[in-house]
Amino acid sequence: MANVDREYQGLAFDYVRSPDQDARVAVRHPVVVVGAGPVGLTAAIDLARRGVPVVVLDDDHKLSVGSRAICFAKRTLEIWDRLDCGDQMVEKGVSWNVGRVFFQDERVYSFDLLPDSGHRRPAFINLQQYYCEGYLHERTAVLPAVDLRWRNRVTGVTPDAEGVTLAIDTPDGPYALRADHVIACDGSRSAVRSLMGLESKGRVFRDRFLIADVRMKADFPAERWFWFDPPFHPNQSVLLHRQPDNVWRIDFQLGWDADPDLERQPERVRPRIRALLGEDAEFEFEWISVYTFACLRMERFRHGRVIFAGDSAHGVSPFGARGANSGVQDADNLAWKLALVLAGKAPDRLLDTYGTEREYAADENILNSTRATDFITPKSDESRVFRDAVLRLAKDHPFARRLVNSGRLSTPATLHGSALNTPDAEAFGGAMVPGSPMTDAPGTMRGHPAWLLSCTGDVFTAILFAGDRGFDEATIAAIRALGTDGIPVKVLIVTAAGATVPSVDGIDYFADDDGAVAARLDARPGTCYLLRPDQHVCARWRTFDADRVRAAVARATCND
Amino acid sequence: MAILNIEPNIAQPDDFYEALIDMHRDLDAEQSRMANAHLILLLANHVGDEAVLREAMQRARALVPTSSDVSTRPA
Repeated sequence: MANVDREYQGLAFDYVRSPDQDARVAVRHPVVVVGAGPVGLTAAIDLARRGVPVVVLDDDHKLSVGSRAICFAKRTLEIWDRLDCGDQMVEKGVSWNVGRVFFQDERVYSFDLLPDSGHRRPAFINLQQYYCEGYLHERTAVLPAVDLRWRNRVTGVTPDAEGVTLAIDTPDGPYALRADHVIACDGSRSAVRSLMGLESKGRVFRDRFLIADVRMKADFPAERWFWFDPPFHPNQSVLLHRQPDNVWRIDFQLGWDADPDLERQPERVRPRIRALLGEDAEFEFEWISVYTFACLRMERFRHGRVIFAGDSAHGVSPFGARGANSGVQDADNLAWKLALVLAGKAPDRLLDTYGTEREYAADENILNSTRATDFITPKSDESRVFRDAVLRLAKDHPFARRLVNSGRLSTPATLHGSALNTPDAEAFGGAMVPGSPMTDAPGTMRGHPAWLLSCTGDVFTAILFAGDRGFDEATIAAIRALGTDGIPVKVLIVTAAGATVPSVDGIDYFADDDGAVAARLDARPGTCYLLRPDQHVCARWRTFDADRVRAAVARATCND
Repeated sequence: MAILNIEPNIAQPDDFYEALIDMHRDLDAEQSRMANAHLILLLANHVGDEAVLREAMQRARALVPTSSDVSTRPA
């Protein structure tokens, strides 16, 4: 049987000599991304789609080994939708919304991460990281602005006032590049970070976990199953996830005293899995790893022309799937800002807001991940007594379920207090406060079913709610004018279900058939939301005024 | 402060106290610790108000003798 996944896991990319290696003077590029993982590739795709040429350097020539990041969150999928590579991920991935918690030999409760309908994407998909990277790589291959160079290892980083000089080692020997900006997406052991003498600091957890990817036929549902202290692995926790291709990911907590070299031996892992699945279970190993983890971050993510994104900048425990997901959000936050700065349409200090916004998000992720880790691995006897008490209560006492923490699963940070937000001047209800990533909702566009989020993003977008009669000519003229500004604003007019608003050529109309957009945005006729190119709300009003929209765009781009 | 009610609020204090001690009857130290944890969590949820809960936690901790207090106490 032809096995597409085997091919992805086995792919090896050719090293190709670049003409830059023959240049006598280091060739200059606007952006060099270091690291072709999910974060680096996402950043490269986003920038290239904005017309920014990007060189991507990777020290290896293969995709990730094993499932690794595995859980990709709704927001990450929405970002990849904006970059035209979400469908492939979702079609291959295993979609899931439900998590189930067990304590000892009992089912305690389950939670639904996406109880509302009317969203294009599920709460999560499970997908081996090599597929994710493979699909992103295929996306870069059709973008001529991306120049991906395998087996290019960065060995020196020398920033100066005008740029950054990178020393690079290749199978053909060393060469140098100049970059206006470097984005370091080279992972938790970032070479760029250590070459610059910088550190990522925080708390290291004294615990070890075994990961086994096993291929087998099994009939567990597509849910996240988490056991505290199960009979088959007493005093520790176990986590089970379903992946594509009949591969299952099982994480066993081992404790700090476990010997990692011993524990990753298949003959040692097999009985652990049999204990879970039964003595006659048949399976084969895809990947086995033993890991420890830390919650840490760099003090600042921006160091002049070198910008850190993903695991190089921040690390979390795996409970909550906040690693790769937050890294992809870093890329989402950075790309539009960097493109505007490179185009001369925004001042350099816009890049500082990448740091402040994503450092804030990293703190939120670290807080959630640290709390989950303290629940899963109690640090004192008393902490364990309360942990077990919560689990015992949870089965029949709804309040206690809210205290169970098997990982607070990744949701995007709402950028409260960002300097790029225009604070509300009018009263609004609902969750879409300035700084929040826009929610999705179903509707109709040009006669076809459509999703709200798919009609926004890439550029500033104003979502404007029409009354029954639409807008007068002066308003239509103002909407058109916004589209021709230096930093253009696309206006999406939302019409209520059943309303017959006269449409005007060249303007997009989104029919809110279920009323979900109006409900989720607490909208009335005239309500206007302004979204940044990364789909975060940056301002909202009860009436449309093009000058206020322009002022909010100026604020969101540091042009005020 | 003083959001936490520290004035008498239980109508029949002796009945309550007896019931509290009864809750632990025939339990060993470890089991009693579990029962106390369950009780704290149940009551905390019933109270709900985080400021009240934090004040109660602060008072509960403040009353714990420090190690020097313990060591200077006559045996």
